[in-house]
Amino acid sequence: MKNRTIKVDYLARVEGEGALYIKIKNGEVDDVKLKIFEPPRFFEAFLRGRKYSEAPDITARICGICPIAYQMSAVNAIEHAFGQVPDGQIRELRRLIYCGEWIESHTLHLYMLHAPDFLGYPDVIHMAKDFPEVVEKALKLKRIGNDIVKTIGGREIHPINVKVGGFYKVPQKKDLRQLREDLLWARDAAIDTVKFTSTLTFPDFEQDYEFISLCHETEYPFNEGRIKSNKGLDISVEEYDFNFIEEHVEYSHALHSKLRERDNYFLGPIARYNLNFDKLSPIVKQVAGELNLPRQINNPFKSIIVRGLETLYACDEAIRIIDQYEKPDEPSIQINPIEATGNGASEAPRGMLYHRYRINEEGLIMDAKIVPPTSQNQKTIEKDLKHFIPPRVNLPEKELVLQCEQAVRNYDPCISCATHFLKLHVEREN
Amino acid sequence: MKNNKPKLAVFKLSSCDGCQLSILDAEDELLAVLGAVDIAYFPEASSRMLPGPYDIGLIEGSVTTPHDVELARQIRKDCKTLITIGACATAGGIQALRNWKDVKEFTKIVYAHPQYISTLDRSMPVASFIHVDFELRGCPVNKYQLIDVIVAYLNNKKPNISSHSVCMECKQKGNVCVMVAHGTPCLGPVTQTGCGSICPSYDRGCYGCFGPMDSPNTTSLARNIEARGETKYDIMLAFRGFNAYSEPFRKESEVYEK
Repeated sequence: MKNRTIKVDYLARVEGEGALYIKIKNGEVDDVKLKIFEPPRFFEAFLRGRKYSEAPDITARICGICPIAYQMSAVNAIEHAFGQVPDGQIRELRRLIYCGEWIESHTLHLYMLHAPDFLGYPDVIHMAKDFPEVVEKALKLKRIGNDIVKTIGGREIHPINVKVGGFYKVPQKKDLRQLREDLLWARDAAIDTVKFTSTLTFPDFEQDYEFISLCHETEYPFNEGRIKSNKGLDISVEEYDFNFIEEHVEYSHALHSKLRERDNYFLGPIARYNLNFDKLSPIVKQVAGELNLPRQINNPFKSIIVRGLETLYACDEAIRIIDQYEKPDEPSIQINPIEATGNGASEAPRGMLYHRYRINEEGLIMDAKIVPPTSQNQKTIEKDLKHFIPPRVNLPEKELVLQCEQAVRNYDPCISCATHFLKLHVEREN
Repeated sequence: MKNNKPKLAVFKLSSCDGCQLSILDAEDELLAVLGAVDIAYFPEASSRMLPGPYDIGLIEGSVTTPHDVELARQIRKDCKTLITIGACATAGGIQALRNWKDVKEFTKIVYAHPQYISTLDRSMPVASFIHVDFELRGCPVNKYQLIDVIVAYLNNKKPNISSHSVCMECKQKGNVCVMVAHGTPCLGPVTQTGCGSICPSYDRGCYGCFGPMDSPNTTSLARNIEARGETKYDIMLAFRGFNAYSEPFRKESEVYEK
């Protein structure tokens, strides 16, 4: 048992196709590879020669789970290139549609992909037999997130209403009334969700991470802010390329990211929470306080609690935005393309998503760079497993594999994004 | 009891996962639909993966690697009824834009070590390699159409999916025509219905994400758009979107490529 190989050929309950390969030698982890075999799709290549106005529609197709994140990072980058950035209610509506995506994506991952690990079910369908009320409530909460995206964006997956400069059409005040009613229910359901996650049993596993997220002066981050870490990084989005590098490794179709100065880093709900706790709304802080949650979380398994807290935040923030909404006179600002390069970042449900575009004077994209959160988290996921396995190395094969998969799911990996799924393969050398 | 239920399998090739996510997005219908079948293979939703044969298979994604070709052939052997879902599986998807380029150049643009990447020159619909029983369109598919198709096959019926244009749907909804009233270029006249004509309902032109309707007159539409002052390049791009490699859109885009 001292030497073995564990492999999972197709890791379930993650978005996309990947595999995990772990080699154990003399009871030590010799090698961990998160292999992403999702076929490459070459978005950055075929964006060349397309019109700037097509970027939000095209890049949405990188990911069916977080299309809003792609649309938002794209419009942020292009609007900054042109120096023409909408404000006021258009800015607020963008936060609102992002709240919808967070509620939908977090609820999907929390209840349907991650909770089955904690409770010992293969999937939510089997979980529903023992917890019918929990699952029905989860589905309703998820639907309300989708309803926000659909109301503002036109449909849940690959919304059609986001454009550079704003929207094609903005809702009337009355269009948001039903959403508000539903969100009051959703906010209570999100509180129950946080309480449900806090009763789960968490493996004892804390690491010293470099957490990175956008940080805004006054708001919990969606679309704006500086890129900051708990270890001193504090840069503008324009400085991204100088501070981060991407490496192409043989076993993965996703490029690995790291900090130029240091090494791997951690993106996503825990990073945002740790770096932006002050900016959460009072109700979220109150619920966190009642459950005695620390302001700094270093156990990645507790990401499920933070997803619950962020779902609560998104419901509360959505209500705030709807309450102050006044329909803007124009659905978008006038955009006049110029030859320029622009950088944009936004907080996808699973972490910061960076886009960069170089655009010519005719408004055609000359060059594009897209760095999804999962490819940035890959190295941290691999490192987690290197530290997570040794104390558990004598567990029966099946149990060890399950726990490793759960450790990967902590990051809500979105592998379609990162290639622009998962197999687990553990090798023990005899 | 459980073993008598039809076995459903969901497979993925090259895609964004949005079409299979449509199943999980049918929140109000999910437990009823999933209750009627045995989810035998659906890795995105379940870690329980049973071997075939399956009664109904759904495939999302296009064929882009030698491995995809082998997988598609195996899936055909394993599934009694096989349905492709979405623009990638039925037309090659947005990644079919590579079909007009040198894929080696593309690989070099994205990856530092192109020798690590194994890929086919073209992104192709699944039906180019194997027989499929039904192709459901859309980028993404409409979840209600998807449920209709699954329910039809569960009841040994042929699915009833309309193949007329988006224009018909706009008229039924009472939308003002964006092309006639505002001069906005719109692919609605040549695109299959099914989305709910959402783009025109949001004051923009249709971008063809459900692919070509039955017998589309793309030539006439393209000339009309050109007469409104759009450039040849813009018209080429309009047809070269999420269903770029479907025959009618491919041919029309090539007319305007020169």
